Amino acid sequence: MTLNQLTAHEVVNLIKKKKITAYEVMQDIFNQIDKVDNLIKAFLIINREEALRQAKEIDAKVKNGEELPPLAGIAVAIKDIIATQGTETTCGSKILKGFIPPYNATVINKLREAGAIIIGKTNMDEFAMGSSTENSAFGPTYNPWDLERVPGGSSGGSAAAVAADEAIVALGTDTGGSIRQPASFCGIVGLKPTYGRVSRYGLIAYASSLDQIGPITKDVTDCALIMKVISGHDNMDSTSVNLEVPDYLKYCQAGIKDLKIGVPMEYFIEGIDPEVKSALNRTLKIFEKLGANIEETSLPHTEYSLPTYYLIAIAEASSNLARYDGVQYGYRVEDYEDLSSMYQKTRSEGFGSEVKRRIMLGTYALSSGYYDAYYLKAQKVRTLIKEDFDKAFSKYDILIAPTSPTPAFKLNEKVSNSLTMYLSDIYTNPINLAGIPAISINCGYSKSNLPIGLQIIGKHFGEGTILRAAFNFEQNNDVEKKKPSIKSAKHKEATE
Amino acid sequence: MTEKIITKKEVEYVAKLAKLEFNEEEKEEFTSQLNSILDYFKKLNELNTEKVEPTAYVISMLNLLNEDKVKPSLSQEEALSNSKYVKKGYFKVPKIM
Repeated sequence: MTLNQLTAHEVVNLIKKKKITAYEVMQDIFNQIDKVDNLIKAFLIINREEALRQAKEIDAKVKNGEELPPLAGIAVAIKDIIATQGTETTCGSKILKGFIPPYNATVINKLREAGAIIIGKTNMDEFAMGSSTENSAFGPTYNPWDLERVPGGSSGGSAAAVAADEAIVALGTDTGGSIRQPASFCGIVGLKPTYGRVSRYGLIAYASSLDQIGPITKDVTDCALIMKVISGHDNMDSTSVNLEVPDYLKYCQAGIKDLKIGVPMEYFIEGIDPEVKSALNRTLKIFEKLGANIEETSLPHTEYSLPTYYLIAIAEASSNLARYDGVQYGYRVEDYEDLSSMYQKTRSEGFGSEVKRRIMLGTYALSSGYYDAYYLKAQKVRTLIKEDFDKAFSKYDILIAPTSPTPAFKLNEKVSNSLTMYLSDIYTNPINLAGIPAISINCGYSKSNLPIGLQIIGKHFGEGTILRAAFNFEQNNDVEKKKPSIKSAKHKEATE
Repeated sequence: MTEKIITKKEVEYVAKLAKLEFNEEEKEEFTSQLNSILDYFKKLNELNTEKVEPTAYVISMLNLLNEDKVKPSLSQEEALSNSKYVKKGYFKVPKIM
């Protein structure tokens, strides 16, 4: 066993007890990256020297008997949509190639203050638009469980890095499922917080009313640990909410005998893979055994949530992405006739096809004469979807559903048809519309050894309760936790 | 074949609004792709939303105001640091008039 395989809470404890050093952990992390990242391609940028230097600083603190911050020495991978001062931040797009943010996102400052070490930036679908990480301008990321399959997306690089033990934990972002779906495909844990729980300052905007930053981790305890650090009000983000941040770790300790669980029947029909369905049924039996009270419930507007989600996301995206015009940062074409042609050529060459498709759709939906029929209509249906959840949560503490209808799919399987790709987020995007928190945790494996994710959905600011439910499940799951074997044989053959 | 909601001409118009340009082949492709997605969006018309209030933000909040206090911000040098086209402290763009 190498140290990069440990969880954050294990690393922190072992460093405190002087059993290991932060430098040793960091060396094992970079050894693993050197060994497997040519196959996985999770990282766009690696901060090796700076990370090793910071690890030595932590070790010096240990030696001097100084008190250690909560994430001292933890190697964190950051999705490349979160601004890191002095380190290139591209959003997986050619249009931001070479962009070096002059400031840090609030979550980066919080992680650094907590002693965490940023080891690099991870690959993603361009501007977080996608469910497979195939839309990156810098090439796809591969799933550590099967290199012919996608890691999910859009935070595919972050999820693959954690699953392949190339990072101890990672940050992703979730607009319609982009943390939870890749966590599910890669067999790990990912949490999308309540809208407003985590500051979005320095998160490069895709759909501002849906985006949230959240942790991607190897276990639930790490997820609670990171949530405690990154949550809270921030003056730099007026949509962040001023509510006390509870000690999420403490929440995990209690049992779940008191929990009332609703299972939305709409999440178990049409298009669900039979193996996902049976894994979920087995999961529910475990919750029952733990004493929770489980009932079937209904979220009647579920079938409308995908078109609602896409309308809102593309409309907000078309507005947010208007800033990429080649003037202040990023790519600018060399040849143009006038200002207007500079804008057009820069944007047409700088953006990839899925981003252009969404900008076009969003611009159309917001254009004069169509606003009421599309964007306003979607905002009204959003109200109905939110009310479905309000009603369900007047009866239940949490809801349980699959994270995605299928395990990881193959590369190129869905790129040609946007609508089938969008369906992979069908169980995750309603949660963003309602602004509530949800966690994805591995609940088992398919016959072909692909991870299957379970989604636990909570009330607004109910992160503590979903973490508690997830922790209890994790401790009592009857399927043994596995690690991917990262087999390169086939891959090598294909490239030879 | 889905009903034509958006024509090639409209695609050209929207591209202009979005400051994007496409060749003929791309225009054809976009017209057909956008039509199938817009057709899918029509599903929402099944719902009567006449009396429903729209949701823009899920967490109800009043306007939040910061104190009127000068705080440190990016220097001019930092703000200009990501452009290759800078002159005398300004971003340089092609002639407008």
